[in-house]
Amino acid sequence: MTEPMRVETDVLVIGSGAAGMYAAIEAARAGCNVFLIDRSLIGRGGATVMAQMTVAVALGDEGPDHWSHHYQDTLTAGRGLCNEALARLLTEEGPACIKEMDAWGVGWARKDGKITSAFAPGHDRPRCVYVDFLSTGPAVSSTLRGVVNKTKSITRKGDLCVVDLLKADGIVTGAVAWHLGSGAPVTISAKATIVATGGLTRLYRRNSASSNMGGDGYALALRAGAPLLDMEFVQFFPIGHLAPRLIGMDPIMWDPFRYKLGGKLLNNRGEDFTQSYGVTEDGKYIITRDVATYAIIKEVGAGRGSPHGGVYLSFQHVPEAKLREAFGPVIDRLAENGIDLTKQAVEVAPIAHYHMGGVQADVGMNTEVPGLLVAGEAVGGANGANRLSGNAITEAFVFGREAGRTAAKRVKEMGALPSSSGTAREAVALISSDGPGNSPNTAEMLEALQQTMADDVGPFRNGDGLVRALHRIKDMTGAIGSTPFGTGAAFDMQRLDWFDLRNMLTVAHVVTQAALNRTESRGAHQREDFPGMLPEWNVNQIVRLERGNIAIAREPASVSKAAAQ
Amino acid sequence: MSEIATLKIWRGSDKANGHWDSHQVPFERGQSVLDGLRWVRARIDPTLAIRFSCINANACKECMVEVDGETVYACTARLEPREMLLTPLSNKKLVRDLVTEIAPPAERFAVREK
Ligand SMILES: Cc1cc2nc3c(=O)[nH]c(=O)nc-3n(C[C@H](O)[C@H](O)[C@H](O)COP(=O)(O)OP(=O)(O)OC[C@H]3O[C@@H](n4cnc5c(N)ncnc54)[C@H](O)[C@@H]3O)c2cc1C
Ligand code: FES
Repeated sequence: MTEPMRVETDVLVIGSGAAGMYAAIEAARAGCNVFLIDRSLIGRGGATVMAQMTVAVALGDEGPDHWSHHYQDTLTAGRGLCNEALARLLTEEGPACIKEMDAWGVGWARKDGKITSAFAPGHDRPRCVYVDFLSTGPAVSSTLRGVVNKTKSITRKGDLCVVDLLKADGIVTGAVAWHLGSGAPVTISAKATIVATGGLTRLYRRNSASSNMGGDGYALALRAGAPLLDMEFVQFFPIGHLAPRLIGMDPIMWDPFRYKLGGKLLNNRGEDFTQSYGVTEDGKYIITRDVATYAIIKEVGAGRGSPHGGVYLSFQHVPEAKLREAFGPVIDRLAENGIDLTKQAVEVAPIAHYHMGGVQADVGMNTEVPGLLVAGEAVGGANGANRLSGNAITEAFVFGREAGRTAAKRVKEMGALPSSSGTAREAVALISSDGPGNSPNTAEMLEALQQTMADDVGPFRNGDGLVRALHRIKDMTGAIGSTPFGTGAAFDMQRLDWFDLRNMLTVAHVVTQAALNRTESRGAHQREDFPGMLPEWNVNQIVRLERGNIAIAREPASVSKAAAQ
Repeated sequence: MSEIATLKIWRGSDKANGHWDSHQVPFERGQSVLDGLRWVRARIDPTLAIRFSCINANACKECMVEVDGETVYACTARLEPREMLLTPLSNKKLVRDLVTEIAPPAERFAVREK
């Protein structure tokens, strides 16, 4: 068997989005050596660099605000399921992180010296800071990269895809990664390991995800014995771009223009169908995300959809000069794509965008397994059944910083690590094993899984569809077997796909089973066969892996106490 | 008649010892070269290696390859209904097929020579 390369560190951070980078910086500041790794390049592979819009925070710079208002709005949006301690942490500590990012030179938009806040639905006042409307994510990412690069005690390495966490005597002691650049297995021993791998929206055919967002962290944590929660709550963004093919722009790009110009949602008969769903938009953007998603899916289902299976978004009624004023240079990028908004409507459809669920953690970002911490979108619970816009980047900052702090404390208190050679051997064997000679097309299988999830575990679910999806997931899990396809050579994409399928199928299974169990409709989880929210479902579903089987238990939601006051 | 883009792709893990694979991809106006490469992986050959993350947003900047000898982002270069020559970046160390070592040196994991 191939001898793995070995790395030893105080703190291992897996994932270099906003959460991972903030965690690395904080742990380093507290005196630790940090090994920060990513399956992609550092600071490029996840959602952070793609985020286009805003960051929610009760800064009170432009107008009066207090974290408790932001907290209340977050709980309201979460429909009774938020973990109140995590929601409080997010909202209360948000301002400090936003100010620190400001000091690091991120460049939040300002007016008269004050940081400006935009209004977003669900917030009781303007509360969302941004960097020049479409550059928030890239600015956040490059600012944090800059700080990471200057911090001597952080070693950062890309192309390291974590395949499994290491465990010994009941604690997590690091991870085993596959170095894509060479094909070598690498074992990393760490006194604290922080999973900051982001979300799972790649599970769905239409998504705003990158190719690294297949929910790796959820599967890693689950296999290491840490519970997940709220996995049925996947947030969909109603008007993702569908057609004509638009390149060089993320599919969620239409939202800011809806804010500015309204725009009309039309079916294939040219009817403003939002009226039939109780909302008279009349050229204004007032429909909420869940109603819009519902209305679009119903129109398509009734045969009134657009050719590619969505509906039309039209700005044709807006005068050209006004379009140019609102869209600025984006008009030219649309023109390069052959899109002229004065002459045509575009097709839009709901796309998977963010995951509310995740690994269960306390306010120190500790999971149930000692040595294993989480941060960012990988953490479940802060946003309950639905997330407010702008809360995700705040969550990445605050939870990242907190995880870094807790990890540093643990490192100081800890003696020598127990040996974890047993679990390392298994993962190293997976990485360097010879694959079966004849294997199915992994890229095609990934597409098939995404199609199943889109068809049957999308924003609107029913029992039949969910059961059908469970069967397909089970079949596919059988089809990939337990030996990775391909060879394990450098950048062997078949093997990478296999590792992705292994994680994505586990996570898909968990999402689907949790959705089947929850026989009510709440927030982002809508059951056609069980409309309406039920008090007996004021519970979080907690998922564990027990002897290889998925087991789901119910716990009363922590927010119910606060809501009752 | 539906149009076709022919992708002639350099394959191999040693610059001196590669070969060419030619694949015919159904052409749809507006698609990117990356769309074509992903189509090839899912329909014909999943072993084709290409580096990319964000797919649409042109945010990750990982998908650089050469199309007809010119460096482009595969996700913003247009697919065209003709033969297109795809090669890895000629000024970077080759990893495999269209994947090259593009990370800054401090971010590369050094592996002992085998
Ligand atoms: C297009 C888009 C727009 C958005 N806009 C907004 C917005 O305007 N406001 C807002 O608040 N939120 C927005 N969000 C959500 C927000 O961007 C994310 O929730 C947040 O950035 C997540 O940060 P993170 O650090 O937890 O994860 P990410 O930034 O996703 O980083 C995770 C990292 O982990 C790496 N990784 C994954 N698996 C492994 C593995 N096995 N081994 C090693 N590394 C691994 C990935 O490569 C990636 O680099 C948006 C999301 C998207 C996709
Ligand atoms: S795939 Fe991200 S820039 Fe091309």
